[in-house]
Amino acid sequence: MTDTAVHATPAAAKPAGNSMLRHARYVVAENPVTGLSFGLFLLIALCAVIGPYLVPYDPLASGPAPLSPPSWQHWFGTDQTGRDIFSRVVVATRLDVIIALFSVALVFAMGGLAGIAAGYFGGWTDRIVSRVADTIMAFPLFVLAMGIVAALGNTVTNIILATAIINFPLYARVARAEANVRRDAGFVQAARLSGNGEFRILLTQILPNIMPIMMVQISLTMGYAILNAAGLSFIGLGVKPPTPEWGIMVAEGAANIISGEWWIALFPGAALMIAVFCFNLLGDGLRDLVDPQRRT
Amino acid sequence: MLATLGKRLLTVIPTLIGVIIVTFLLTRVLPGDPAIYFAGPAATPDSIAQIRKQLGLDRPKVEQFVHYVSDLAHGNLGNSLSTGQPVVKEITSRLPASAELTLTGLIISLLIAVPLGILAAVRQGSWIDHMCRIVATAGVSLPVFFTGLLLVYLFYFKLGWAPAPIGRLDAFSTAPPQITGFYLIDSLVTGNFDTFLTAAGQLILPALTLAVFSLAPIARMTRASMLAVLASDFVRTARASGLTDRTVILTYAFRNAMLPVVTTLGMVFSFLLGANVLVEKVFAWPGIGSYAVEALIASDFAPVQGFVLAMAVLYVVLNLAIDILYGIIDPRVRLEG
Amino acid sequence: MRAPLPQIEADAGIPQPLLEVRDLTVEFHTRRGTVRAVEHISVSVAKGETVGIVGESGSGKSVTSYAVMRILDRAGKIAEGAVMFSGLDLRAIPEAEMRDLRGREMSMIFQSPRLALNPIRKVGKQIEDVLRQHAQVDSDSLAAKAVEMLEQVRIARPRERYHAYPFELSGGMCQRVVIALALACRPQLLIADEPTTGLDVTTQKAVMDLAVELTRERGMAMILITHDLGLAAAYCDRVVVMEKGHVVEAASSEAIFKAPSHAYTRKLMRATPRPGITLRDLLPEGEATPVLTPATTVKASEAPLLAVEKLVKEYPRQGQGGSLAKLFSANKPVPESQVFRAVDGISFSVARGESVGLVGESGCGKSTTSMMVMRLIDKTSGSIVFGGEDIGAIPARQFATLPLRRRIQMVFQDPTDSLNPRFTAARAIADPLLRLGGMSRRDVRARCEELARQVGLPVELLDRFPHQLSGGQKARVGIARAIALKPDLIILDEPTAALDVSVQAVVLNLLQDLKDSLGMSYLFVSHDLNVVRLLCDRVIVMRAGAIVEQGPTEQVLVDPAADYTRDLLTAIPHPPL
Repeated sequence: MTDTAVHATPAAAKPAGNSMLRHARYVVAENPVTGLSFGLFLLIALCAVIGPYLVPYDPLASGPAPLSPPSWQHWFGTDQTGRDIFSRVVVATRLDVIIALFSVALVFAMGGLAGIAAGYFGGWTDRIVSRVADTIMAFPLFVLAMGIVAALGNTVTNIILATAIINFPLYARVARAEANVRRDAGFVQAARLSGNGEFRILLTQILPNIMPIMMVQISLTMGYAILNAAGLSFIGLGVKPPTPEWGIMVAEGAANIISGEWWIALFPGAALMIAVFCFNLLGDGLRDLVDPQRRT
Repeated sequence: MLATLGKRLLTVIPTLIGVIIVTFLLTRVLPGDPAIYFAGPAATPDSIAQIRKQLGLDRPKVEQFVHYVSDLAHGNLGNSLSTGQPVVKEITSRLPASAELTLTGLIISLLIAVPLGILAAVRQGSWIDHMCRIVATAGVSLPVFFTGLLLVYLFYFKLGWAPAPIGRLDAFSTAPPQITGFYLIDSLVTGNFDTFLTAAGQLILPALTLAVFSLAPIARMTRASMLAVLASDFVRTARASGLTDRTVILTYAFRNAMLPVVTTLGMVFSFLLGANVLVEKVFAWPGIGSYAVEALIASDFAPVQGFVLAMAVLYVVLNLAIDILYGIIDPRVRLEG
Repeated sequence: MRAPLPQIEADAGIPQPLLEVRDLTVEFHTRRGTVRAVEHISVSVAKGETVGIVGESGSGKSVTSYAVMRILDRAGKIAEGAVMFSGLDLRAIPEAEMRDLRGREMSMIFQSPRLALNPIRKVGKQIEDVLRQHAQVDSDSLAAKAVEMLEQVRIARPRERYHAYPFELSGGMCQRVVIALALACRPQLLIADEPTTGLDVTTQKAVMDLAVELTRERGMAMILITHDLGLAAAYCDRVVVMEKGHVVEAASSEAIFKAPSHAYTRKLMRATPRPGITLRDLLPEGEATPVLTPATTVKASEAPLLAVEKLVKEYPRQGQGGSLAKLFSANKPVPESQVFRAVDGISFSVARGESVGLVGESGCGKSTTSMMVMRLIDKTSGSIVFGGEDIGAIPARQFATLPLRRRIQMVFQDPTDSLNPRFTAARAIADPLLRLGGMSRRDVRARCEELARQVGLPVELLDRFPHQLSGGQKARVGIARAIALKPDLIILDEPTAALDVSVQAVVLNLLQDLKDSLGMSYLFVSHDLNVVRLLCDRVIVMRAGAIVEQGPTEQVLVDPAADYTRDLLTAIPHPPL
């Protein structure tokens, strides 16, 4: 008995994993920018992990030549108290990446799970989660982050918490929508017929199918979290000086822009931009990998 | 239609209640004791305690909350400790500055982002498409305060085209008579063309900063939405019926594609209201954002409370307007109620 | 049935065909390289002629029509060959001229009529757009002309419906609007690409009759693209059969159906369910295996396996025009009570070893009924007794983990949707074995392979993911999963609706053999009476939540008692006998 195959003949028997790699290679080849973002990501990770051990100067030590423009001794120049900006920018990578990483992990755990439960079970779970999300969404998000950090104090923990809270509605919404769509899908019904209880279906059937989309969100939120932390620091609600952090460094250099000392604010700002850019591109690349129909 | 509107208004009420509660909680947790600040440097513990009693800070929280809500109902947002003025008055006087800035930025952004997104979708794969994607991704990556500083450095310091970022007007001009509070409109209406030009000049850089910031999500959403619509069945029917590209793109595709863009506007507003605070700091703009930041640093909680509340209410109203706009464009929402 | 074709007077010499496709090759640029969707095909359509292009999925029939209209996807292009329309070389003319032709000289209608219309624009305005584009009418009379078109396609209350939005109309009405759009400017050629897929069989007949009548009236030529041989035979003068991008046979309808010459055409014809044959007759000659003796025979005295008594399902209506109401009724929702009765007190039974068909058009409540029997949703009232136990009383949520679960299983309609995209075929089949079978991992694998062999799925495909399997292969995985625990009752919800007719022939035979060898009972839910006729011992006809008629298949489908059943039977298109 033969079958009439669907128009694109399925690939000859290959282990399933291999086709994922081929697909990945195809996506990167078609869009070299995605490859670029992978490279950037590695660079950032490198800076965060071993950067502090490799920098030429102590990021906190003032030096003899304040406000000097970029030169061979100081690649990025020095700031008002003579600190080497290059060292400070590299060391700041770790702090900003940590803030982003932890807040994203936190919101994924809280928001993702809450959203999935809300989308799948509906009823009161849905009502409560949606109410909480709506209340948070009722505030302009950055303003709420300002309020939370101001209320609880300028510590890294609070910045992480504030960032996680303001991203909660987004994750909850996305997870809820995805779980809702799949709630009555054929394979979920089939799982019920096979004797799977509701919780088991949630964990083994729904969650793995949602993960790719959540991964995209995670990558995009990493970028947003870094921007958020930097923004808070810029208005004085972030980390305290003299801790090197990109946002605070831009704030410190802001006044000097008008007098022409551009390097104090530019380099940390550029580092910010590159990092966020990288995470956004990564997110786009992941989206292409995961769901070509949703390509932006 | 009116029934739908009524229903939407009802759902807004629990949201507002949540906002009021959260605002109250947040600001009561603010560190720093306003009583000490108010009492002055030479205060004794007794006088501090007395002032605390005067301010009502020694009562239990629940009682404070009831007071707070009844004050709100009378339109009283308390007084700023630093200036002694009623917060309501200060917010209303500074609101037009922020509003003018935000609206100008948003209009510029829409005028660029929407056509860009449409063109990118229609000419998929062309240089415009690539440029749109780069603009969208770069715009989303740039910290808004950094953009502002870059623009100041480039256009003020290097090129000298823009005036110094010292606020809404330069050192020599005076504000036009107050009609709407929007300097551009007021100066035009009263015939003060010099003031108009000055105000516009001061406005252009911060508005551009905000525009760059909101350009990205709008362009991105327009492009994605147009792409999806252009691939839909009804566009195929329109093409098969021989309708011109112009009709297909504008009448058929665009109107349908705008629906998700309109809902994105809500999110964009949220970002803008936050970005406002940062931009006002860079350009020394006398709006409510800078007002709130100054108060925060001084642990002056009444203005902070008022600011957060005002922003939230404004945002809720904006979202309602967006929902209504959506309902006007999409008959399915209207008629399926 | 259509009237005989009037004789076309020949001009001096051979009349030029209206449309001539010569040696056409269409290529698509995909990530796997260049794919040739159609290769060196030639089709011609004379003025006023109705030509059917028949083929299964992947045959290239739709691509051909897209190429003729030059609305191919960006990735596609005409690589070779010529398309001549009234002497014009459609490949060579500029896009502006092609645009003039589209809608004015040649037009096209598609599947999924509601999706084919702009959802936020009134239908009357959409017709006006086409009229205005081709400058057929001056602007004052545009609205009147649009209403006239709506009248011609037999839409009731056309003046009112002018102001309607597509979501307010039923599927059949939307298709009429689409036909109005296509015929507004009186083109010479209408291409209909699977216009009746997704429509009920009675609506299908109405739409096809309308299309054919209007085209005949205006002396238009029509190309009907379909996978349904019966449809092509009933409505077309000539039939072109395509397979995998090639034309295998082209002849008049009568010639094709009396004496098909190509093996593929013969295979297709044999595989089409029709009255007066058995299941084995669906298979290609020489491939039929002997019929099995059923493991269990239906004993009249024994208590039924499944007994459903006065079953009711109500949904709260969400105000007028609520989405649920639209889901369940093809026509405009009737504005009244607070609840909507999807199933209105039905009673039936299924005996051990019996195969019962549950038929009806969309919205009749058959799917809801099957969901309740499956215990996936809860009933509102009535009783469901299975094997002596009242399973209706057990809430759906709890049923999944009970041992009773293994005795009732289901084969779903959409094989793609019913398989978890992240599970291999083996894992999908193993799921019930792991959860309810209490088997060890090693035993499970062995059992999966045994099941795969039983359903005719090559064992090496077990480790593939759904997107790497064909439609028929996915259907087999679904069946293997359903029979894994040797259930007593299987509910099949349109299991072959999404399959090509040749694959369907194979799967239907498989289902029959499995039933006989494993002694299962079937509740076969379908809208396709011909399939039900082949597979089921008894038939239940439903309409608007109630049972219209039930009884043995030969009785109900040959000599029905109810008028509705009679209407359903006459609406089925069939080849000339």
